[in-house]
Amino acid sequence: MVTAISALRTWLTGPEPRQQSPRRLRSRVSAADVWDALAEIPDPEIPAISLVDLGVVRKVEVEDARVRVAFTPTFLGCPALETMKLQIEAAIAALGAQPEVEVLADDSWSTDRITPEGREKLRAAGFAPPAPREAAAPTLLQLQSAVFRCPYCGSRETKLENLFGPTPCRSLRYCESCRQPFEQFKTI
Amino acid sequence: MERSRADILLEIADDELILGWRNSEWTGIAPMLEEDVAFSSIAQNEIGHARALYELAARALGTTADALALDRRPEEYRCAPFVELRRLEWARTIARHWLYETADQIRLESLKDSGDREIAALAAKIDREEVYHRLHAEMWIDRLLSNPEGSAKLQEAVEELWPYALGMLDDELRPVLVERVRTALPFELPDVEPVTRGQHTAELGELLQEMTAVRHSAPEGAEW
Repeated sequence: MVTAISALRTWLTGPEPRQQSPRRLRSRVSAADVWDALAEIPDPEIPAISLVDLGVVRKVEVEDARVRVAFTPTFLGCPALETMKLQIEAAIAALGAQPEVEVLADDSWSTDRITPEGREKLRAAGFAPPAPREAAAPTLLQLQSAVFRCPYCGSRETKLENLFGPTPCRSLRYCESCRQPFEQFKTI
Repeated sequence: MERSRADILLEIADDELILGWRNSEWTGIAPMLEEDVAFSSIAQNEIGHARALYELAARALGTTADALALDRRPEEYRCAPFVELRRLEWARTIARHWLYETADQIRLESLKDSGDREIAALAAKIDREEVYHRLHAEMWIDRLLSNPEGSAKLQEAVEELWPYALGMLDDELRPVLVERVRTALPFELPDVEPVTRGQHTAELGELLQEMTAVRHSAPEGAEW
């Protein structure tokens, strides 16, 4: 009976408002949905780790169907910056919301913000996670000392090969124990 | 005359962009692979800093970072002649790299204390990255000073570049540079007049022509 009335109403007045509901549902994106979506975006240069693992997402604000995300580049000259921005916008658009992505050019991100899971993912992918940020800037003596662990064998018998590496955020070290060169995430 | 906020941003942005371009000239031809990687990476960082600084200036001036970086006339650039010099010789490259980073650190320290919150925040971010450039330059200075041949080459290069390095900073900050360089180097510095900002070398014109060739080949913009 209900079905018959409903069918009659549809015939008379067009589809019920509920059938337009995708748009309304979409406006109910929560901040948690956005965080979940961002956690699916791999870092363009180290795909083993997500943008959320990397700790670069600094703010997620949802207002009706508009989602504002602010993130910091790891390095200002990171060539992946635009890609990251586009990926964030696409992820928000896929949730049916309107993205507004802001890149923060300040000192609010540090490698200390990489999550414990992120650090473990880095290590498993062959990147030594960054040393903690200290009050004073790192010195050559520190970087040349054998305190950095090889991500492959765990030995501290590693030496600095080059302060710079394939991307701005990494330097190159060599493990004397397992004789493997590896990439060390710089402390920022 | 008091410089405007945009002037200050453009001075630093232009220094970073032009020196970044000069550093990138080592890509593929540095005397060793490690330095090829290092100078390419440093170039990338400096140009990244330039972009962030241009973006801040562009908002104040109602234009875009690309337009500021690539569409001005050569005389409109505010970079110091120091960064324009094309020195494809290793000791001079290292001397300029170290002198530049030393002067840049002094400038960044002063900007980090700026009452302008946006400038101070950006300077703090840039400074974190520059730490690695300084360490790299310092490592090379130590290496050159560790033997007589290297020391002599470094001294010759510093003496030649010193007037240009002095011209990177204004009257207020210049004495700090003199003090730091004196403390770090075991030889006397020549007593010279600075080659200050506001004048350009012929090398800048050539650099700009090359740097802007692609953009100017498609003035209406191109889809990549």
